[in-house]
Amino acid sequence: MSEIFGIPIQAFMGQLMLGLVNGSFYATLSLGLAVIFGMLNIINFAHGALYMAGAMLAWMGLNYFGIGYWWSLLLAPLGVGVVGIFIERSMLQWLYRLDHLYGLLLTFGLALILEGLFRDLYGVSGLPYSIPEEFAGAYNLGFMFLPKYRAWVILASLLVCLATWFVIEKTRLGAYLRAATENPQLTQAFGINVPLMVMLTYGFGVALAGFAGVLAAPAMQISPLMGSNLIIVVFAVVVIGGMGSILGSIVTGLGLGLIEGLTKVFYPEASSTVVFIIMAIVLLVRPAGLFGREK
Amino acid sequence: MTSPTEYLRVTDLHAFYGESHILHGMDFRVNSGECVTLLGRNGAGRTTTLKAILGLTGRRTGSVMLNGREVTGWPAHRIAHLGVGYCPEERGIYASLSTEENLMLPPQVGSGGMPVEEIYRMFPNLEERRKSQGSRLSGGEQQMLAMARILRTGARLLLLDEISEGLAPVIVQKLAEIIRSLKEKGFTIVLVEQNFRFAAPLADRMYIVEHGRIVAEIGKDELEQKQALLHEYLGV
Ligand SMILES: Nc1ncnc2c1ncn2[C@@H]1O[C@H](COP(=O)(O)OP(=O)(O)O)[C@@H](O)[C@H]1O
Ligand SMILES: [Mg+2]
Repeated sequence: MSEIFGIPIQAFMGQLMLGLVNGSFYATLSLGLAVIFGMLNIINFAHGALYMAGAMLAWMGLNYFGIGYWWSLLLAPLGVGVVGIFIERSMLQWLYRLDHLYGLLLTFGLALILEGLFRDLYGVSGLPYSIPEEFAGAYNLGFMFLPKYRAWVILASLLVCLATWFVIEKTRLGAYLRAATENPQLTQAFGINVPLMVMLTYGFGVALAGFAGVLAAPAMQISPLMGSNLIIVVFAVVVIGGMGSILGSIVTGLGLGLIEGLTKVFYPEASSTVVFIIMAIVLLVRPAGLFGREK
Repeated sequence: MTSPTEYLRVTDLHAFYGESHILHGMDFRVNSGECVTLLGRNGAGRTTTLKAILGLTGRRTGSVMLNGREVTGWPAHRIAHLGVGYCPEERGIYASLSTEENLMLPPQVGSGGMPVEEIYRMFPNLEERRKSQGSRLSGGEQQMLAMARILRTGARLLLLDEISEGLAPVIVQKLAEIIRSLKEKGFTIVLVEQNFRFAAPLADRMYIVEHGRIVAEIGKDELEQKQALLHEYLGV
Protein backbone atom coordinates (compact mmCIF):
# COMPACT_ATOMS: atom_id res chain seq x y z
CA MET A 1 0.00 0.00 0.00
CA SER A 2 1.34 3.41 -0.91
CA GLU A 3 1.85 6.10 1.63
CA ILE A 4 2.20 9.87 1.66
CA PHE A 5 4.30 11.42 4.44
CA GLY A 6 4.00 8.10 6.21
CA ILE A 7 0.21 8.14 6.10
CA PRO A 8 -1.72 5.59 4.00
CA ILE A 9 -2.87 7.38 0.89
CA GLN A 10 -6.44 6.11 1.40
CA ALA A 11 -6.72 7.75 4.79
CA PHE A 12 -5.00 10.88 3.56
CA MET A 13 -7.30 11.34 0.58
CA GLY A 14 -10.31 10.44 2.71
CA GLN A 15 -9.56 13.25 5.15
CA LEU A 16 -8.85 15.63 2.31
CA MET A 17 -12.25 14.82 0.82
CA LEU A 18 -13.96 15.27 4.17
CA GLY A 19 -12.17 18.58 4.50
CA LEU A 20 -13.50 19.64 1.11
CA VAL A 21 -17.03 18.63 2.12
CA ASN A 22 -16.78 20.74 5.27
CA GLY A 23 -15.19 23.49 3.23
CA SER A 24 -18.16 23.42 0.87
CA PHE A 25 -20.49 24.10 3.78
CA TYR A 26 -18.21 26.84 5.08
CA ALA A 27 -18.10 28.42 1.63
CA THR A 28 -21.86 28.36 1.04
CA LEU A 29 -22.65 29.67 4.50
CA SER A 30 -20.00 32.38 4.58
CA LEU A 31 -21.02 33.47 1.09
CA GLY A 32 -24.58 34.06 2.35
CA LEU A 33 -23.22 35.97 5.35
CA ALA A 34 -21.03 38.09 3.07
CA VAL A 35 -23.87 38.97 0.70
CA ILE A 36 -26.13 39.90 3.61
CA PHE A 37 -23.47 41.93 5.38
CA GLY A 38 -22.59 43.83 2.22
CA MET A 39 -26.14 44.90 1.51
CA LEU A 40 -27.79 45.10 4.93
CA ASN A 41 -24.86 45.92 7.14
CA ILE A 42 -26.08 43.20 9.47
CA ILE A 43 -24.10 40.32 10.93
CA ASN A 44 -26.65 37.56 10.56
CA PHE A 45 -26.31 35.44 13.66
CA ALA A 46 -29.45 33.54 12.69
CA HIS A 47 -27.55 32.01 9.76
CA GLY A 48 -26.72 28.74 11.51
CA ALA A 49 -30.28 28.34 12.78
CA LEU A 50 -31.64 28.90 9.28
CA TYR A 51 -29.19 26.31 7.93
CA MET A 52 -30.60 23.92 10.53
CA ALA A 53 -34.12 24.95 9.51
CA GLY A 54 -33.29 23.97 5.92
CA ALA A 55 -32.32 20.49 7.05
CA MET A 56 -35.37 20.27 9.33
CA LEU A 57 -37.70 21.34 6.53
CA ALA A 58 -36.27 18.60 4.34
CA TRP A 59 -36.85 16.06 7.10
CA MET A 60 -40.37 17.30 7.80
CA GLY A 61 -41.19 17.38 4.09
CA LEU A 62 -40.13 13.75 3.75
CA ASN A 63 -41.80 12.44 6.88
CA TYR A 64 -45.05 14.40 6.83
CA PHE A 65 -45.67 14.95 3.12
CA GLY A 66 -43.53 12.39 1.33
CA ILE A 67 -41.50 15.10 -0.40
CA GLY A 68 -38.23 13.55 -1.56
CA TYR A 69 -34.67 14.84 -1.55
CA TRP A 70 -34.69 16.55 -4.95
CA TRP A 71 -37.85 18.52 -4.33
CA SER A 72 -36.56 19.43 -0.89
CA LEU A 73 -33.39 20.76 -2.42
CA LEU A 74 -35.61 23.28 -4.17
CA LEU A 75 -38.47 23.81 -1.72
CA ALA A 76 -36.63 23.96 1.61
CA PRO A 77 -34.36 26.84 0.55
CA LEU A 78 -37.43 28.61 -0.82
CA GLY A 79 -39.18 28.10 2.52
CA VAL A 80 -36.17 29.41 4.41
CA GLY A 81 -36.01 32.36 2.00
CA VAL A 82 -39.64 33.21 2.73
CA VAL A 83 -38.95 33.05 6.46
CA GLY A 84 -36.00 35.35 5.84
CA ILE A 85 -38.14 37.84 3.95
CA PHE A 86 -40.62 37.82 6.81
CA ILE A 87 -37.80 38.47 9.30
CA GLU A 88 -36.45 41.30 7.15
CA ARG A 89 -39.78 43.05 6.64
CA SER A 90 -41.01 42.65 10.19
CA MET A 91 -37.82 43.30 12.15
CA LEU A 92 -34.48 43.86 10.43
CA GLN A 93 -35.59 46.77 8.28
CA TRP A 94 -35.89 48.94 11.38
CA LEU A 95 -32.27 48.38 12.37
CA TYR A 96 -30.26 49.42 9.29
CA ARG A 97 -29.44 52.86 10.58
CA LEU A 98 -28.34 51.63 13.97
CA ASP A 99 -25.06 50.13 15.11
CA HIS A 100 -24.14 46.58 13.94
CA LEU A 101 -24.69 45.46 17.48
CA TYR A 102 -28.47 45.71 17.26
CA GLY A 103 -28.73 43.50 14.20
CA LEU A 104 -26.36 41.04 15.78
CA LEU A 105 -28.40 40.88 18.98
CA LEU A 106 -31.71 40.55 17.16
CA THR A 107 -30.51 37.76 14.87
CA PHE A 108 -28.83 36.03 17.82
CA GLY A 109 -32.16 36.10 19.65
CA LEU A 110 -33.91 34.72 16.58
CA ALA A 111 -31.38 31.90 16.41
CA LEU A 112 -32.10 30.96 20.02
CA ILE A 113 -35.84 31.01 19.39
CA LEU A 114 -35.58 28.86 16.27
CA GLU A 115 -33.32 26.36 17.95
CA GLY A 116 -35.52 26.26 21.02
CA LEU A 117 -38.57 25.66 18.89
CA PHE A 118 -37.07 22.67 17.07
CA ARG A 119 -35.59 21.35 20.29
CA ASP A 120 -39.01 21.40 21.83
CA LEU A 121 -40.49 19.58 18.84
CA TYR A 122 -37.82 16.97 18.14
CA GLY A 123 -35.37 16.86 21.04
CA VAL A 124 -31.62 16.95 20.49
CA SER A 125 -30.82 13.34 19.77
CA GLY A 126 -30.74 13.78 16.00
CA LEU A 127 -33.00 12.66 13.18
CA PRO A 128 -31.95 10.33 10.38
CA TYR A 129 -32.21 11.23 6.70
CA SER A 130 -31.05 8.66 4.25
CA ILE A 131 -28.84 9.35 1.26
CA PRO A 132 -30.86 9.49 -1.97
CA GLU A 133 -30.57 6.25 -3.97
CA GLU A 134 -28.72 7.90 -6.82
CA PHE A 135 -25.86 8.68 -4.48
CA ALA A 136 -25.63 5.46 -2.49
CA GLY A 137 -22.24 3.80 -2.73
CA ALA A 138 -18.89 5.15 -3.81
CA TYR A 139 -16.72 5.66 -6.85
CA ASN A 140 -13.56 3.60 -6.98
CA LEU A 141 -10.91 6.05 -8.13
CA GLY A 142 -8.12 3.49 -7.91
CA PHE A 143 -6.21 5.26 -5.16
CA MET A 144 -9.32 5.79 -3.01
CA PHE A 145 -13.04 5.21 -2.63
CA LEU A 146 -15.01 8.42 -3.03
CA PRO A 147 -18.50 8.23 -1.52
CA LYS A 148 -20.85 9.52 -4.20
CA TYR A 149 -22.80 11.74 -1.88
CA ARG A 150 -19.66 13.58 -0.75
CA ALA A 151 -18.74 14.23 -4.36
CA TRP A 152 -22.26 15.59 -4.92
CA VAL A 153 -22.07 17.93 -1.91
CA ILE A 154 -18.82 19.42 -3.16
CA LEU A 155 -20.07 19.74 -6.72
CA ALA A 156 -23.46 21.22 -5.82
CA SER A 157 -21.98 23.74 -3.39
CA LEU A 158 -19.35 24.81 -5.87
CA LEU A 159 -21.96 25.27 -8.59
CA VAL A 160 -24.22 27.33 -6.36
CA CYS A 161 -21.33 29.47 -5.09
CA LEU A 162 -19.97 30.11 -8.57
CA ALA A 163 -23.43 30.90 -9.93
CA THR A 164 -23.90 33.41 -7.12
CA TRP A 165 -20.52 34.95 -7.83
CA PHE A 166 -21.32 35.15 -11.52
CA VAL A 167 -24.67 36.85 -10.99
CA ILE A 168 -23.20 39.39 -8.59
CA GLU A 169 -20.05 40.22 -10.56
CA LYS A 170 -21.10 39.78 -14.17
CA THR A 171 -24.76 40.61 -14.67
CA ARG A 172 -26.93 43.71 -14.70
CA LEU A 173 -28.83 42.56 -11.63
CA GLY A 174 -25.47 42.11 -9.92
CA ALA A 175 -24.45 45.64 -10.92
CA TYR A 176 -27.64 46.91 -9.25
CA LEU A 177 -26.71 44.92 -6.18
CA ARG A 178 -23.16 46.22 -6.03
CA ALA A 179 -24.37 49.76 -6.65
CA ALA A 180 -26.97 49.51 -3.90
CA THR A 181 -24.34 48.09 -1.55
CA GLU A 182 -21.98 50.96 -2.26
CA ASN A 183 -24.38 53.91 -2.36
CA PRO A 184 -28.00 53.00 -1.64
CA GLN A 185 -29.30 56.59 -1.72
CA LEU A 186 -27.97 57.43 -5.15
CA THR A 187 -28.99 54.05 -6.53
CA GLN A 188 -32.50 54.73 -5.37
CA ALA A 189 -32.41 58.21 -6.89
CA PHE A 190 -31.70 56.53 -10.24
CA GLY A 191 -35.03 54.76 -9.95
CA ILE A 192 -33.93 51.38 -8.60
CA ASN A 193 -36.09 49.94 -5.86
CA VAL A 194 -33.40 49.45 -3.24
CA PRO A 195 -35.63 48.39 -0.31
CA LEU A 196 -36.96 45.57 -2.49
CA MET A 197 -33.43 44.50 -3.37
CA VAL A 198 -32.41 44.54 0.28
CA MET A 199 -35.34 42.32 1.15
CA LEU A 200 -34.60 39.86 -1.65
CA THR A 201 -30.90 39.84 -0.77
CA TYR A 202 -31.65 38.76 2.77
CA GLY A 203 -34.08 36.17 1.47
CA PHE A 204 -31.48 34.87 -0.96
CA GLY A 205 -28.66 34.88 1.60
CA VAL A 206 -30.60 32.76 4.06
CA ALA A 207 -31.92 30.55 1.26
CA LEU A 208 -28.26 29.69 0.60
CA ALA A 209 -28.05 28.59 4.23
CA GLY A 210 -31.23 26.55 3.77
CA PHE A 211 -29.71 24.93 0.69
CA ALA A 212 -26.59 23.98 2.64
CA GLY A 213 -28.88 22.56 5.31
CA VAL A 214 -30.62 20.24 2.84
CA LEU A 215 -27.24 19.16 1.45
CA ALA A 216 -26.13 18.40 4.99
CA ALA A 217 -29.23 16.43 5.92
CA PRO A 218 -28.10 13.06 4.51
CA ALA A 219 -24.46 13.67 5.37
CA MET A 220 -24.79 14.53 9.04
CA GLN A 221 -27.22 14.04 11.86
CA ILE A 222 -30.10 16.50 11.65
CA SER A 223 -30.38 18.15 15.02
CA PRO A 224 -31.53 21.51 16.33
CA LEU A 225 -27.96 22.24 17.34
CA MET A 226 -26.27 21.40 14.04
CA GLY A 227 -26.29 25.07 13.07
CA SER A 228 -24.75 26.52 16.18
CA ASN A 229 -21.95 23.93 16.07
CA LEU A 230 -21.06 24.92 12.54
CA ILE A 231 -21.68 28.65 12.57
CA ILE A 232 -18.89 29.45 15.02
CA VAL A 233 -16.35 28.07 12.56
CA VAL A 234 -18.13 29.85 9.70
CA PHE A 235 -17.80 33.18 11.47
CA ALA A 236 -14.10 32.51 11.88
CA VAL A 237 -13.98 31.81 8.14
CA VAL A 238 -15.69 35.11 7.44
CA VAL A 239 -13.24 36.98 9.64
CA ILE A 240 -10.30 35.31 7.90
CA GLY A 241 -11.65 35.97 4.40
CA GLY A 242 -12.74 39.52 5.11
CA MET A 243 -16.30 40.56 5.76
CA GLY A 244 -18.27 41.28 2.62
CA SER A 245 -15.98 39.82 -0.05
CA ILE A 246 -17.83 37.41 -2.35
CA LEU A 247 -14.99 35.50 -3.94
CA GLY A 248 -13.02 35.76 -0.71
CA SER A 249 -15.63 33.89 1.27
CA ILE A 250 -15.82 31.07 -1.28
CA VAL A 251 -12.07 30.59 -1.52
CA THR A 252 -11.49 30.94 2.21
CA GLY A 253 -14.29 28.51 3.03
CA LEU A 254 -12.91 25.77 0.82
CA GLY A 255 -9.33 26.47 1.81
CA LEU A 256 -10.00 26.28 5.52
CA GLY A 257 -11.99 23.07 5.10
CA LEU A 258 -8.94 21.57 3.40
CA ILE A 259 -6.56 22.83 6.06
CA GLU A 260 -8.80 21.39 8.74
CA GLY A 261 -8.81 18.04 6.93
CA LEU A 262 -5.03 18.03 6.65
CA THR A 263 -4.67 18.89 10.30
CA LYS A 264 -6.80 15.85 11.15
CA VAL A 265 -4.26 13.72 9.33
CA PHE A 266 -1.06 15.20 10.66
CA TYR A 267 -1.92 16.60 14.06
CA PRO A 268 -5.44 15.56 15.03
CA GLU A 269 -5.20 17.27 18.43
CA ALA A 270 -5.32 20.68 16.71
CA SER A 271 -8.01 19.90 14.13
CA SER A 272 -10.80 21.66 15.98
CA THR A 273 -8.74 24.73 16.82
CA VAL A 274 -6.66 25.25 13.71
CA VAL A 275 -9.23 27.58 12.12
CA PHE A 276 -9.18 29.83 15.17
CA ILE A 277 -5.41 29.86 15.31
CA ILE A 278 -5.35 30.97 11.67
CA MET A 279 -7.97 33.58 12.49
CA ALA A 280 -5.80 35.00 15.26
CA ILE A 281 -2.78 35.16 12.97
CA VAL A 282 -4.74 36.81 10.15
CA LEU A 283 -6.20 39.36 12.54
CA LEU A 284 -2.69 40.25 13.67
CA VAL A 285 -1.29 40.59 10.16
CA ARG A 286 -4.28 41.77 8.12
CA PRO A 287 -7.11 42.98 10.37
CA ALA A 288 -9.46 43.46 7.39
CA GLY A 289 -9.09 39.80 6.41
CA LEU A 290 -7.33 38.17 3.47
CA PHE A 291 -9.71 39.57 0.84
CA GLY A 292 -11.18 42.49 2.78
CA ARG A 293 -10.52 46.15 2.13
CA GLU A 294 -9.49 48.43 4.95
CA LYS A 295 -12.19 50.98 5.62
CA MET B 1 -53.68 75.22 -12.32
CA THR B 2 -50.17 74.48 -13.48
CA SER B 3 -49.26 75.81 -16.88
CA PRO B 4 -48.60 73.05 -19.42
CA THR B 5 -44.96 73.93 -19.92
CA GLU B 6 -44.06 73.82 -16.25
CA TYR B 7 -41.81 70.81 -15.56
CA LEU B 8 -40.95 71.41 -11.93
CA ARG B 9 -42.67 73.55 -9.30
CA VAL B 10 -41.45 73.68 -5.72
CA THR B 11 -43.78 75.40 -3.26
CA ASP B 12 -43.09 76.22 0.39
CA LEU B 13 -40.70 73.28 0.67
CA HIS B 14 -39.30 72.54 4.10
CA ALA B 15 -36.81 69.74 4.60
CA PHE B 16 -35.11 68.22 7.62
CA TYR B 17 -32.12 66.03 8.33
CA GLY B 18 -33.14 64.41 11.58
CA GLU B 19 -33.83 67.33 13.90
CA SER B 20 -32.09 70.00 11.82
CA HIS B 21 -34.42 72.14 9.79
CA ILE B 22 -32.53 72.93 6.57
CA LEU B 23 -34.98 74.23 3.98
CA HIS B 24 -37.30 77.02 5.13
CA GLY B 25 -39.91 77.31 2.42
CA MET B 26 -38.22 77.03 -0.98
CA ASP B 27 -40.33 78.42 -3.82
CA PHE B 28 -39.37 78.20 -7.48
CA ARG B 29 -40.42 76.80 -10.81
CA VAL B 30 -38.66 75.48 -13.91
CA ASN B 31 -40.37 75.43 -17.27
CA SER B 32 -39.85 72.76 -19.87
CA GLY B 33 -36.71 73.42 -21.88
CA GLU B 34 -35.42 76.04 -19.46
CA CYS B 35 -32.02 76.13 -17.82
CA VAL B 36 -32.33 77.54 -14.33
CA THR B 37 -29.48 77.97 -11.88
CA LEU B 38 -29.60 77.93 -8.11
CA LEU B 39 -26.74 80.09 -6.90
CA GLY B 40 -25.65 80.53 -3.34
CA ARG B 41 -22.87 80.26 -0.84
CA ASN B 42 -21.69 76.99 0.64
CA GLY B 43 -24.26 75.68 3.06
CA ALA B 44 -27.11 77.73 1.61
CA GLY B 45 -29.22 74.61 1.06
CA ARG B 46 -28.98 74.04 -2.71
CA THR B 47 -27.86 70.40 -2.52
CA THR B 48 -30.54 69.77 0.06
CA THR B 49 -33.10 71.27 -2.33
CA LEU B 50 -32.17 68.76 -5.04
CA LYS B 51 -32.21 65.92 -2.53
CA ALA B 52 -35.59 67.01 -1.21
CA ILE B 53 -37.01 67.02 -4.74
CA LEU B 54 -35.72 63.46 -5.15
CA GLY B 55 -37.03 62.30 -1.78
CA LEU B 56 -33.56 61.72 -0.31
CA THR B 57 -33.76 63.94 2.77
CA GLY B 58 -35.55 63.12 5.98
CA ARG B 59 -38.97 64.58 6.63
CA ARG B 60 -40.20 67.24 4.23
CA THR B 61 -43.32 69.34 3.93
CA GLY B 62 -44.68 71.57 1.21
CA SER B 63 -45.08 70.60 -2.38
CA VAL B 64 -42.96 69.32 -5.24
CA MET B 65 -44.84 69.06 -8.53
CA LEU B 66 -43.11 67.13 -11.30
CA ASN B 67 -44.80 67.08 -14.66
CA GLY B 68 -48.04 68.03 -12.94
CA ARG B 69 -47.80 65.32 -10.28
CA GLU B 70 -47.37 65.88 -6.57
CA VAL B 71 -44.42 63.70 -5.48
CA THR B 72 -43.76 64.68 -1.86
CA GLY B 73 -45.22 61.43 -0.55
CA TRP B 74 -43.46 59.20 -3.08
CA PRO B 75 -40.59 56.81 -2.35
CA ALA B 76 -37.35 57.97 -3.98
CA HIS B 77 -37.12 55.19 -6.56
CA ARG B 78 -40.44 56.18 -8.15
CA ILE B 79 -39.56 59.84 -8.61
CA ALA B 80 -36.79 59.17 -11.13
CA HIS B 81 -39.31 57.46 -13.36
CA LEU B 82 -41.01 60.80 -14.02
CA GLY B 83 -37.99 61.51 -16.20
CA VAL B 84 -35.56 62.95 -13.68
CA GLY B 85 -31.78 62.52 -13.91
CA TYR B 86 -29.53 63.37 -10.97
CA CYS B 87 -25.86 64.24 -11.01
CA PRO B 88 -24.79 64.50 -7.35
CA GLU B 89 -22.26 66.94 -5.98
CA GLU B 90 -19.76 64.23 -5.05
CA ARG B 91 -20.34 62.72 -8.53
CA GLY B 92 -21.34 59.36 -7.13
CA ILE B 93 -19.27 57.18 -9.41
CA TYR B 94 -19.45 53.63 -8.07
CA ALA B 95 -15.94 52.41 -7.29
CA SER B 96 -16.97 48.77 -7.45
CA LEU B 97 -18.39 49.13 -10.97
CA SER B 98 -16.51 49.56 -14.23
CA THR B 99 -16.96 52.71 -16.29
CA GLU B 100 -19.29 50.84 -18.62
CA GLU B 101 -21.31 49.38 -15.75
CA ASN B 102 -21.61 52.87 -14.24
CA LEU B 103 -22.83 54.18 -17.56
CA MET B 104 -25.37 51.40 -18.05
CA LEU B 105 -26.59 51.31 -14.45
CA PRO B 106 -29.47 53.83 -14.26
CA PRO B 107 -32.66 52.27 -15.62
CA GLN B 108 -34.65 53.79 -18.45
CA VAL B 109 -36.92 56.53 -17.08
CA GLY B 110 -38.28 57.92 -20.33
CA SER B 111 -38.24 57.42 -24.05
CA GLY B 112 -35.68 58.87 -26.42
CA GLY B 113 -32.58 58.50 -24.26
CA MET B 114 -29.28 59.22 -25.96
CA PRO B 115 -27.87 56.13 -27.72
CA VAL B 116 -24.62 54.86 -26.26
CA GLU B 117 -22.75 55.59 -29.51
CA GLU B 118 -23.79 59.22 -29.33
CA ILE B 119 -22.72 59.39 -25.69
CA TYR B 120 -19.32 57.98 -26.61
CA ARG B 121 -19.04 60.56 -29.39
CA MET B 122 -19.77 63.27 -26.84
CA PHE B 123 -17.37 61.78 -24.27
CA PRO B 124 -14.66 59.88 -26.19
CA ASN B 125 -12.59 59.34 -23.03
CA LEU B 126 -15.31 57.20 -21.54
CA GLU B 127 -15.19 54.76 -24.42
CA GLU B 128 -11.44 54.38 -24.07
CA ARG B 129 -11.80 53.73 -20.37
CA ARG B 130 -14.83 51.46 -20.65
CA LYS B 131 -13.27 48.61 -18.72
CA SER B 132 -11.59 50.65 -15.97
CA GLN B 133 -12.99 50.60 -12.46
CA GLY B 134 -14.92 53.74 -11.61
CA SER B 135 -12.41 54.60 -8.92
CA ARG B 136 -9.57 54.77 -11.48
CA LEU B 137 -11.03 57.67 -13.44
CA SER B 138 -9.71 61.21 -13.12
CA GLY B 139 -11.93 63.90 -11.61
CA GLY B 140 -12.85 65.21 -15.04
CA GLU B 141 -13.64 61.76 -16.38
CA GLN B 142 -15.78 61.02 -13.33
CA GLN B 143 -17.75 64.21 -13.92
CA MET B 144 -18.26 63.32 -17.59
CA LEU B 145 -19.40 59.84 -16.60
CA ALA B 146 -21.81 61.22 -14.01
CA MET B 147 -23.35 63.39 -16.72
CA ALA B 148 -23.27 60.74 -19.43
CA ARG B 149 -25.08 58.09 -17.44
CA ILE B 150 -28.18 60.25 -16.95
CA LEU B 151 -28.34 61.21 -20.63
CA ARG B 152 -28.72 57.56 -21.54
CA THR B 153 -31.91 57.07 -19.51
CA GLY B 154 -34.33 59.30 -21.36
CA ALA B 155 -34.54 61.72 -18.41
CA ARG B 156 -35.78 65.15 -19.56
CA LEU B 157 -35.13 67.05 -16.33
CA LEU B 158 -31.49 67.12 -15.25
CA LEU B 159 -30.57 68.08 -11.70
CA LEU B 160 -26.87 68.94 -11.83
CA ASP B 161 -25.06 69.71 -8.58
CA GLU B 162 -21.85 71.77 -8.85
CA ILE B 163 -20.61 70.03 -11.97
CA SER B 164 -17.84 72.57 -12.54
CA GLU B 165 -16.43 72.27 -9.03
CA GLY B 166 -12.74 71.47 -8.74
CA LEU B 167 -12.15 70.87 -12.45
CA ALA B 168 -9.52 72.30 -14.79
CA PRO B 169 -10.64 75.26 -16.96
CA VAL B 170 -10.57 73.23 -20.20
CA ILE B 171 -12.91 70.69 -18.72
CA VAL B 172 -15.21 73.37 -17.34
CA GLN B 173 -15.33 74.83 -20.83
CA LYS B 174 -16.17 71.46 -22.30
CA LEU B 175 -18.98 71.07 -19.74
CA ALA B 176 -20.39 74.45 -20.72
CA GLU B 177 -20.46 73.32 -24.34
CA ILE B 178 -22.26 70.16 -23.34
CA ILE B 179 -24.88 72.08 -21.35
CA ARG B 180 -25.43 74.32 -24.37
CA SER B 181 -25.96 71.37 -26.67
CA LEU B 182 -28.32 69.78 -24.14
CA LYS B 183 -30.35 72.99 -24.08
CA GLU B 184 -30.60 72.85 -27.85
CA LYS B 185 -31.84 69.29 -27.57
CA GLY B 186 -34.64 70.55 -25.33
CA PHE B 187 -33.52 69.23 -21.95
CA THR B 188 -34.79 70.99 -18.84
CA ILE B 189 -31.88 71.76 -16.55
CA VAL B 190 -31.44 72.81 -12.94
CA LEU B 191 -27.86 73.90 -12.42
CA VAL B 192 -26.73 74.22 -8.82
CA GLU B 193 -23.61 76.37 -8.84
CA GLN B 194 -21.26 78.52 -6.87
CA ASN B 195 -19.34 79.36 -9.99
CA PHE B 196 -21.21 82.44 -11.23
CA ARG B 197 -19.02 82.85 -14.32
CA PHE B 198 -19.84 79.30 -15.38
CA ALA B 199 -23.56 79.46 -14.68
CA ALA B 200 -24.50 82.98 -15.77
CA PRO B 201 -24.01 82.57 -19.53
CA LEU B 202 -25.88 79.25 -19.51
CA ALA B 203 -28.88 80.14 -17.38
CA ASP B 204 -32.20 81.50 -18.59
CA ARG B 205 -33.01 82.48 -15.02
CA MET B 206 -31.16 82.50 -11.73
CA TYR B 207 -32.35 82.03 -8.22
CA ILE B 208 -30.25 83.02 -5.27
CA VAL B 209 -30.54 80.72 -2.27
CA GLU B 210 -29.67 81.66 1.27
CA HIS B 211 -30.49 79.98 4.57
CA GLY B 212 -32.75 77.47 2.90
CA ARG B 213 -34.95 79.84 0.92
CA ILE B 214 -34.96 81.77 -2.33
CA VAL B 215 -33.95 85.37 -1.69
CA ALA B 216 -33.85 86.69 -5.25
CA GLU B 217 -34.82 85.80 -8.78
CA ILE B 218 -32.87 87.30 -11.63
CA GLY B 219 -33.81 87.00 -15.30
CA LYS B 220 -31.20 86.76 -18.02
CA ASP B 221 -31.80 90.38 -19.05
CA GLU B 222 -31.76 91.77 -15.51
CA LEU B 223 -28.12 91.07 -14.76
CA GLU B 224 -27.10 94.71 -15.15
CA GLN B 225 -29.79 96.22 -12.99
CA LYS B 226 -29.47 93.59 -10.24
CA GLN B 227 -25.67 93.83 -9.94
CA ALA B 228 -26.03 95.08 -6.40
CA LEU B 229 -28.05 92.03 -5.34
CA LEU B 230 -25.52 89.69 -6.85
CA HIS B 231 -22.74 91.48 -5.08
CA GLU B 232 -24.54 91.40 -1.78
CA TYR B 233 -25.38 87.67 -1.86
CA LEU B 234 -22.56 86.15 -3.85
CA GLY B 235 -19.77 88.69 -3.74
CA VAL B 236 -19.54 88.96 -7.53
N1 LIG C 1 -26.79 64.94 5.96
C1 LIG C 1 -26.90 66.11 6.63
N2 LIG C 1 -27.26 66.11 7.94
C2 LIG C 1 -27.38 67.26 8.62
N3 LIG C 1 -27.15 68.49 8.10
C3 LIG C 1 -26.80 68.56 6.81
C4 LIG C 1 -26.65 67.38 6.00
N4 LIG C 1 -26.29 67.75 4.76
C5 LIG C 1 -26.22 69.10 4.78
N5 LIG C 1 -26.52 69.59 6.00
C6 LIG C 1 -26.56 71.00 6.39
O1 LIG C 1 -27.55 71.61 5.59
C7 LIG C 1 -27.14 72.92 5.24
C8 LIG C 1 -27.28 73.09 3.75
O2 LIG C 1 -26.35 72.26 3.13
P1 LIG C 1 -26.31 72.03 1.55
O3 LIG C 1 -27.68 71.79 1.07
O4 LIG C 1 -25.29 70.98 1.28
O5 LIG C 1 -25.82 73.43 1.03
P2 LIG C 1 -25.19 73.84 -0.37
O6 LIG C 1 -25.37 72.71 -1.32
O7 LIG C 1 -25.95 75.05 -0.78
O8 LIG C 1 -23.75 74.13 -0.13
C9 LIG C 1 -25.73 73.11 5.75
O9 LIG C 1 -25.80 73.90 6.92
C10 LIG C 1 -25.27 71.71 6.06
O10 LIG C 1 -24.42 71.72 7.16
MG1 LIG D 1 -23.95 71.63 -2.26
